[in-house]
Amino acid sequence: MTGIVALYIFMLAAFTGYEVIARVPVILHTPLMSGSNFVHGIVLVGAMVALGQADTTLEKTIGFIGVLLAAGNAVGGYVVTERMLEMFKSSGAKARGAKGAH
Amino acid sequence: MPSAFSADLLIQASYLLTAFLFIMGLKRMSSPVSARSGILWAGAGMLLAILVTFLYPGMTNYPLILAAIVVGSLLAWWSGKRVAMTDMPQMIALYNGMGGGAAAAIAAVELYKGGEHGLVTMVLAVAGGLIGGVSFSGSLIAFGKLQGLIKRSFRFGGQQALNLLLLAGALALGTMVALHLNASAGVITAFFVLALVLGLTMTLPIGGADMPVVISLYNALTGLAVAFEGFVLGNAAMIIAGTVVGSAGTLLTQLMAKAMNRSLGNVLFSGFGEAGGGAAGEVSGSMKPIEASDVGVMMAFASKVIIIPGYGMAVAQAQHKVWELTQLLLDRGVNVKFAIHPVAGRMPGHMNVLLAEAGVPYDLIADLDEINAEFETADVALVIGANDVVNPVARNDKSSPIYGMPILNADKAKNCIVVKRGQGAGFSGIENALFYLDNTRMLYGDGQKAVAELIGAVKAIG
Repeated sequence: MTGIVALYIFMLAAFTGYEVIARVPVILHTPLMSGSNFVHGIVLVGAMVALGQADTTLEKTIGFIGVLLAAGNAVGGYVVTERMLEMFKSSGAKARGAKGAH
Repeated sequence: MPSAFSADLLIQASYLLTAFLFIMGLKRMSSPVSARSGILWAGAGMLLAILVTFLYPGMTNYPLILAAIVVGSLLAWWSGKRVAMTDMPQMIALYNGMGGGAAAAIAAVELYKGGEHGLVTMVLAVAGGLIGGVSFSGSLIAFGKLQGLIKRSFRFGGQQALNLLLLAGALALGTMVALHLNASAGVITAFFVLALVLGLTMTLPIGGADMPVVISLYNALTGLAVAFEGFVLGNAAMIIAGTVVGSAGTLLTQLMAKAMNRSLGNVLFSGFGEAGGGAAGEVSGSMKPIEASDVGVMMAFASKVIIIPGYGMAVAQAQHKVWELTQLLLDRGVNVKFAIHPVAGRMPGHMNVLLAEAGVPYDLIADLDEINAEFETADVALVIGANDVVNPVARNDKSSPIYGMPILNADKAKNCIVVKRGQGAGFSGIENALFYLDNTRMLYGDGQKAVAELIGAVKAIG
């Protein structure tokens, strides 16, 4: 990938991120921060490649720590985001089965 | 095993699909109706990317990779499943720090390896390493502070000078490495040590109340570091995902800082409460107590009640009782709404998560802009566990440290009931003028017990 192509990707992705988030209501800010936190867990694929191409013990050790941390970022981010979003329900959804809802 | 060419094509196509799923997933999270499916889309994208990365050409050390993934995943899965909703902000900080650490680790492996990278690649590798390292150690401090492991805010004279010195040192060493002037293992190690120390010294002086802004900032920084390392590795999925998070996180950080009436620079470079000095004083009048039975009658026969929950309600674990009370009132035909300040809880949106956990449907919850005009028509505003966010001095006392912060207009309601444990000042130590107004009554007691009494009072009316 040439530098200028990477710059184009960088610029378009920056606008995309801004536009996608700009419409999120405040009530979802915490799950959203958690969700975007999960998305940068993609660092895991980079850490896998770094460790996969590591030669010396030092490189392997750092690479191992990197994959470990990245896996924690991805899995932890997913689990907590999913737990939070699962709880968001509307009155309509509640009325089907819950008692006491009007 | 496919040939090298088709494996590469498969990997690139999968990464493209992953980027698409991430963006669609984040977009679906912009509405509570589709939010749940959003994280599933993003999760599918992540799984796909991880699986195809095993086909990456020229990889060895597979047992190590698998072991690290399994151990890291299990630890995170275990901790993520059992963390309480009240502790969510620090958990997000922790997972975010891990991502920053991983980005720094990639930079470290690439730099220790040496090799003939171009100038741009070297600069981005070094920049990603610096940002990732700061985000890693800074997020750990943020976690420690919110978890209560670090209780003090460490401040001393010359702190800014020290941070500046550390930054200059890291930049100087990073430049030496990037320009191949001296890329020895010793210089690289010193560079990363400085980055990690900078994260510590930057974050330690910041007070707990400002941590949400800091966590959001580090979230954006980690995204940026991931994007930079993605460029180094020629990985488009990392560039796109990292940049999307970087820009989204920057926007989110600005929104949060604005809601708290603080500029980002102010959060990073000064301690809370110091700006106001001793101007927290003079409020005239007295606090007037009220009994739960009287409040019960008032609410049961009201046409409109607005509940203003704060973090204190969550600490008292009163949210389930509050929802029970709300259901009783709704059944009587009372119009009940929840008013949420942008910084209620410990992070914007945190209170919504806590109310959702108790079972409150999201369509009963309104944010500041939606609800503030409605207070004048409300018969009762019930403040429970909130303080600074309903303090009218933010509107009219220029000398107050919170002057200018947007507040919920609880004082405009016909009756304002404040559930409060005792007579002390709030988290920030600022006297609350709302408590002394003529239309305000204080219901003293533990949040959970007080609401239970209200439920009893409403039920007694029948």
